[in-house]
Amino acid sequence: MMVVELRKLFRRPRTWVTIGLLCLLPAIVAVFLASTRIAPPPGQGAAFLSAVLESGSLYPAAALALVLPIFLPVAVAVIAGDTVAGESGAGTLRYLLVRPVGRTKLLLAKLVSVVAFVVATVAAVAGSSYVVGVTLFGAGDPVAVVNAIPQISGPGGGGSSSSAGGSGGGSAASAPSAGGSASAADPAEPAPAAPGAPSIGTPGADTGSPTQLDPTEARERAADSVASLSGDPLSPADLALRLLGAMAYITISMLGVGAIALFLSTVTASSLGATLGALAALITSQVLVTLDAAASVTPYLPTRYWLAWIDFFRDPIFLRDIRAGLIVQAAYVVILMLAAWANFTTKDVAQ
Amino acid sequence: MTNLGERSDGNGGGARRSTAGTGVRTPSEPVPAQRARPLPGPPVATPLVIETRGLTKRYGTRAAVDDVDLHVAEGDRYGFLGPNGSGKTTMVRMLLGLVFATRGEIRVLGHEVPREVHQVLPRIGAMVEGPAAYGHLSGRANLDLLDASGPGPRAGRRRRVGEAMERVGLGGVDRRPVRTYSLGMRQRLGLAGALLSRPDLLILDEPTNGLDPHGIREIRELLIELNHEGTTVFLSSHLLAEIEALCTRVGVVDRGRLVLEEPLDAVRRRTGRVVLTTPDADRAAAALGGALVDRTPEGALIVTPADGDGAAGLARHLVGAGVRIDALEPETVSLEDVVVRITGPGSDRA
Repeated sequence: MMVVELRKLFRRPRTWVTIGLLCLLPAIVAVFLASTRIAPPPGQGAAFLSAVLESGSLYPAAALALVLPIFLPVAVAVIAGDTVAGESGAGTLRYLLVRPVGRTKLLLAKLVSVVAFVVATVAAVAGSSYVVGVTLFGAGDPVAVVNAIPQISGPGGGGSSSSAGGSGGGSAASAPSAGGSASAADPAEPAPAAPGAPSIGTPGADTGSPTQLDPTEARERAADSVASLSGDPLSPADLALRLLGAMAYITISMLGVGAIALFLSTVTASSLGATLGALAALITSQVLVTLDAAASVTPYLPTRYWLAWIDFFRDPIFLRDIRAGLIVQAAYVVILMLAAWANFTTKDVAQ
Repeated sequence: MTNLGERSDGNGGGARRSTAGTGVRTPSEPVPAQRARPLPGPPVATPLVIETRGLTKRYGTRAAVDDVDLHVAEGDRYGFLGPNGSGKTTMVRMLLGLVFATRGEIRVLGHEVPREVHQVLPRIGAMVEGPAAYGHLSGRANLDLLDASGPGPRAGRRRRVGEAMERVGLGGVDRRPVRTYSLGMRQRLGLAGALLSRPDLLILDEPTNGLDPHGIREIRELLIELNHEGTTVFLSSHLLAEIEALCTRVGVVDRGRLVLEEPLDAVRRRTGRVVLTTPDADRAAAALGGALVDRTPEGALIVTPADGDGAAGLARHLVGAGVRIDALEPETVSLEDVVVRITGPGSDRA
């Protein structure tokens, strides 16, 4: 059944059009960058964009940063929202079920096909943008290592984490790091050598509340900080590993969206409804993440740790948020798939 | 309400056929089981392939299927007839485990549905409420996917698909995608899907929708052929002619209730009266006297012949009276008469 679902997915023209469009956006950006050589100033624009002029081999990371906020989740919501509702709307669901295909098995196969789509899409974006990047910018020495540990304080995943700004060598000096209590939670973080410690984060630093920085803001600032890179060149193997880690993390980040859309897909017979529902959930999550008043729930929001993939490009790789992100996504997938299963296996298929 | 189509009972001439009242229940009366057997039934000569007990499906307060006891025996060609919206499709979906009953029991091929539905579904070929396929794939690719979805082995898939396509008359179809198919072709493809697993039981919901008369006849012949090979056919339709031409047993459903379940021959029995078509209607009426029961709007006369005399004696009497006779035939109750009389208007009528 898994194979059948994969065949359905990849024999569908729409799948390839979607993947193609997702690859196209970074290519367009790359063409503009290459023809004008005007990089966004550090601290602005998507992560990594200013670094790619130095080395095209960093472009996959920049491309992922470009598609991650909107295009990738939209594509995943479309595909996952269509899984069950699309079959139901087209009438093929009843023929599958009387074949017979068990409802649980069908649901699992659909989940697998969503995962396969995300993997294929992320791989296609990374692969195509690597080719584009190296072609347009050359494969100069990638200096991808971000020298700053993200300046996050306030309620972290377990509440204990105030990743003290003190550990960030290249941190903006004004980082309101909540007392700088270099908590025992992450004592192992050495201050990375920051020769070129750039002045980063200044745009955001003043706007934050002086005592406690909203996590999102810190996250955004951390993302910004990525735009200014320095450090020792990465070996190709090191870069490849970091990139693979980031790709894997982004893939998993998308599974939460996929699970929401898949669950809604079992609820409604309209794939559009399921897709829009999932996107509405994401937008709600994004709004709440930026809302100080919602700080009590932010650690559990599906988009909260989306940008943590950037931590793969720090030296050393900063794992705390990555770990938290994985746990959050896993929780969403498990809970929503259980809900989808409970709903789908007891539902009248009257469509 | 019903699409009458052509009549196949040979009792043409526009004679209106009245019905005798026996054997037909009004919708309000409870329906006694025709061949009530205990549920799990002991092995009998013609085991029941489908049996339901008190099957009910409610949507809110409305009962789509209301306390239905259905009995389909092995080898039957069972016609499940009813106006639109009378619960036929809901019934079919419950038999297949797609819709869960509110109350009642279902046994199909000896297994309880929906609990053991996965043991029976591989032996069932089904078409529910129109065909469905992936429009961007060819018919063959669709069947291939369908076959691969099921529990059957990979080996012989190409042959199975080819045979099914051949059987429904799509053997020569090319690789064009299903979205370019006509409705008739889609219908055939749906039927091919139902035949893929060489089922013991075919459950078909309105299988000839969208087919032209030629196609309808072809499908009918195919179903009869399959039935002779041992497949039990359960067919739901609102097309009287289709059921009359194909089925050996008929169940009539009205507003969710099964109001009749009998062999078709028993439904279409003779009334003992004779329908007379004549150009000399008035003279005939005079000659017949009290034997004349009724006159149809088309001018035919309905006559009760004297006991033991039959149509032949009637003919002699009429000819003796100088009445010319175009046709003289025994009156039968048509399925249509029965259905129209015992069912209300379709629920799609406002």
